[in-house]
Amino acid sequence: MAEIENLEPDLEELRESYRSGKTKEASWRKSQLKGLLTLLKEQEKDIFKALEQDLGKHYAESYRDEVGTLTKSVNLALSSLKDWMSSRKAKLPIAAFPSTAEVFPEPLGLVLIISSWNFPFGLSLEPVIGAIAAGNSVVLKPSELAPASSSLLAKTIPTYLDKKAVKVIEGGAAVGEHLLRCKWDKIFFTGNVRVGRIVMTAAANHLTPVTLELGGKCPAIFDSFSSSWDKEMVIKRVLGGKFGACAGQACIAIDYILVQEGFAPTLLELLRNMTKKMFGENPRETKSMARIINKQHFLRLKNILDDPSVQSCIVHGGGVDEDNLFIEPTILMNPPLKASIMTDEIFGPLLPIITLKKIEDSIEFINSRPKALAIYVFTKNETLKRRIISETSSGSVTFNDAIIQYAADTIPFGGVGESGFGRYHGKFSFDTFTHEKAILRRSLLTEFWFRFPPWNDFKLALTKSAYSFDYFGFLLVLMGLKKNS
Amino acid sequence: MMRSLSLELFHVCSVDGGYTRSLRNQFPKQRNPPLPIPVLKKRKRLRFTHSSFICSATLAVMADEKKKVFDVESAASLVKELRGSFNAGKTKSYEWRIAQLKGIEKMIDEREKDIIEALHEDLSKPEHEAFVSEISMSKGACKLALKELGHWMKPEKAKTSMTTYPSSAEIVSEPLGVVLVISTWNYPLLLSIDPVIGAIAAGNAVVLKPSEIAPATSTLLSKLLEEYLDNSSIRVVEGAVAETTALLEQKWDKIFYTGSPRVGRIVMAAAAKHLTPVTLELGGKCPVVVDSNVNLQVAARRIIAGKWGCNNGQACIAPDYIITTKDFAPKLIDVLRHELEEFFGKNPIESEDMSRIVSVQQFKRLTRLLDEDEVSDKIIIGGQSDENQLKIAPTILVDVPEDTEIMKEEIFGPLLPILTVENLEESFDVINSKSKPLAAYLFSENKQLQKDFVNNISAGGMLINDTILHLTVSSLPFGGVGESGMGSYHGKFSFDAFSHKKAVLYRGFTGESPARYPPYTPGKLKLLKTLTSGNIVSILLALLGFSKD
Repeated sequence: MAEIENLEPDLEELRESYRSGKTKEASWRKSQLKGLLTLLKEQEKDIFKALEQDLGKHYAESYRDEVGTLTKSVNLALSSLKDWMSSRKAKLPIAAFPSTAEVFPEPLGLVLIISSWNFPFGLSLEPVIGAIAAGNSVVLKPSELAPASSSLLAKTIPTYLDKKAVKVIEGGAAVGEHLLRCKWDKIFFTGNVRVGRIVMTAAANHLTPVTLELGGKCPAIFDSFSSSWDKEMVIKRVLGGKFGACAGQACIAIDYILVQEGFAPTLLELLRNMTKKMFGENPRETKSMARIINKQHFLRLKNILDDPSVQSCIVHGGGVDEDNLFIEPTILMNPPLKASIMTDEIFGPLLPIITLKKIEDSIEFINSRPKALAIYVFTKNETLKRRIISETSSGSVTFNDAIIQYAADTIPFGGVGESGFGRYHGKFSFDTFTHEKAILRRSLLTEFWFRFPPWNDFKLALTKSAYSFDYFGFLLVLMGLKKNS
Repeated sequence: MMRSLSLELFHVCSVDGGYTRSLRNQFPKQRNPPLPIPVLKKRKRLRFTHSSFICSATLAVMADEKKKVFDVESAASLVKELRGSFNAGKTKSYEWRIAQLKGIEKMIDEREKDIIEALHEDLSKPEHEAFVSEISMSKGACKLALKELGHWMKPEKAKTSMTTYPSSAEIVSEPLGVVLVISTWNYPLLLSIDPVIGAIAAGNAVVLKPSEIAPATSTLLSKLLEEYLDNSSIRVVEGAVAETTALLEQKWDKIFYTGSPRVGRIVMAAAAKHLTPVTLELGGKCPVVVDSNVNLQVAARRIIAGKWGCNNGQACIAPDYIITTKDFAPKLIDVLRHELEEFFGKNPIESEDMSRIVSVQQFKRLTRLLDEDEVSDKIIIGGQSDENQLKIAPTILVDVPEDTEIMKEEIFGPLLPILTVENLEESFDVINSKSKPLAAYLFSENKQLQKDFVNNISAGGMLINDTILHLTVSSLPFGGVGESGMGSYHGKFSFDAFSHKKAVLYRGFTGESPARYPPYTPGKLKLLKTLTSGNIVSILLALLGFSKD
């Protein structure tokens, strides 16, 4: 608790750094981004070690999903910073000359980033990149559930970045609550719906804008494929998007598969074979899949499987190893829709397959559930693609792949409805931490004298003509030839 | 073309106005005008009937009318009905959106007289002002949406280096669903219709809750929207606290609120329960910094137009206070005095060219501000008021202490304090010591000062050498920051405020790197290692499966 009481001087220091104006300087932003880049490079080994410790993540996966993606994002921010920071001219009608209008990006102030344990570096630093690029001072609260990663962040960030303007505050729920009571200029939260509500309610007290990056059940629609090349390719991508993404503990991991009845046996066969290829005959020995974060989550997943009506649906895997917090890649066929495996976000290596009469029925299936963060569609059918885009709603839609939308900078990453609101990545991260200030400049030379009271019919007639763009009428009124109708 | 430049203006929100008041007063008390006000016409229609809402709740018989109670149940069934329409896909089509927008345009055209009458009844708003600031602004927003809608709705291709590989990306704007618009009383038409236009353009079903503090306009909106628009997807719910509370308990896909920070907090906290995104258009104390190098007459006229010419200061971007140098203040005051007389005559209380104060309560709040010690003796122009007519003369005060109410709360009325400083740069500290305002104004020919103003002052929007007009530029986002709100609208920004930007990524079936998938063999690790030392772009591409090797 002593630690919590000490927060206020820290926050005051951060506010002072912002007030001093240094975080607004392009040079400061650049130096911080470069600091991050150096951190990622020099601390790579320790990052891998922390991820291995917290989640049993293989270092190839750690590089692919965290270090590599982050490096790419910092580089993009560095090369685009000047462009992002410059004001955008806004179009004005020619008649407005000599006025000019622009949109001026200005930092919000002191921002709070609360991140999650499943990608403890990626989900912490990706928003930090945006916050710094936009010129804010920042507090990052990493998740206490990934303690090795959290403490590595707390240890390294002050040495690579300006510790007067960027701070890491470690801790659990108590620290989180304490932080939420403070006044921030923006809160960026990654996590679950329940805490998302708490965050937004707290933010309302100070009228603080929030971005909520939540989760949800992301469906993968699997159309029937005939070519074996295509089949192999998409199966790899499905498994990569489930078991390969932190063992399914990712907010954009595939949650369940929708497939047409007739194709289900083929799909299952393909999934089984490829799973074996990827994780071996005895997956418990694989180093290629992450383990479950902690006992609590392990038991939550185990409970889902222990439901007899669900247990009976397991068609592959199902083995659990409590000592090592490991759950085998597990595939289930048509578990009951009312069971928790189909009502709650799974967030683990369990993959239910739901069969439908027609693949088009997937639209109704998806629409009867809360809006997902991502929808994946594996198909070559252009009509189906169009229908999915226009008839369903989700944070994003990815065709014929999974997860990689996370690495695309030019499209926004964020949810809708239950999966959250606000967006980031690339320029969107910058925008998320920026206020777009509208600026109009006028000259003191020109003036319409009919702009001012006292009002009379003559001025009203002039005004009306001006509004209806009726220059001829305008002239007539001015010359006294036309009366206001 | 002159639209953006000319006279119009405004927008509004109140600090202690609109809905705030409604929360304090139970709505039956509002049923009769507080005082006999000579300019008011006799009410022609009953107020607070939910003419556009059919509800099954019990009927409460009130003094002279049968009023249907709008409770949580009614609100729930209303939302359910609209959600039905939305889910059926009706509101998504381009044709539906165009038809509704045309309906609004037609409504404003055909019922201009009724609207002007209602605005006069609620606020004694001069016809000229009503035309400029409400009717033509609303119509302008509608016309722009009609013209640009096709363009706005088109998916935006995302330029990406990925497109050179077997993938492409786009951003699709999709409607959010069923949205709630809560508006306020000072520009009761514009602040209702403008967001509704955005919501419709984006393809949503909408419920509008106009302010009960402007009852004639509220009733008129309820009647007109029912008559001109598709009632299966667009509704008006009239009422005050009880009705709004019932509405806020529902799950909406977006809430767009215009009003005070206090109620803004309530709205946002209610939205948090359902994870509903909000746009909050609030107010704040908008400063005007006046340099000594300006054309004084032009500056004074523009300040007057933005203050008393905009609903008599009852506008959220009205100039709230002026900061100028000690030396210059007397000159500025002289010109303001002269121009005020030109505009509103020697006895401004009698002027027909200025709105009245909306209600007795607001009137009392404003006169209380003037009555405070250390304030009343600072009045140098105006100060007269007439409670019967709810009129307060344009009032200017000099060097009111910073710790008085008038310098702490948003004034939202015809009082204008002038603070004097030795050096104009000191104004930055004065402004920055207060909450971030919705607008900040600077009159100066000094380019360096203009630049410093832009860089050092945070505000929703800024206007150099004029007041209010930035609101009329549809290519600029309109919205606050900090205490003045969050989110923005106008033009395309209105469409965006009611849209979800869906990321869509298309991938092909070629160009796959094995290093991407488990098992992570020593060979793959080696590949990764090699890549790590190389160009970051190629590493990433290889990792994501885009590279050929």
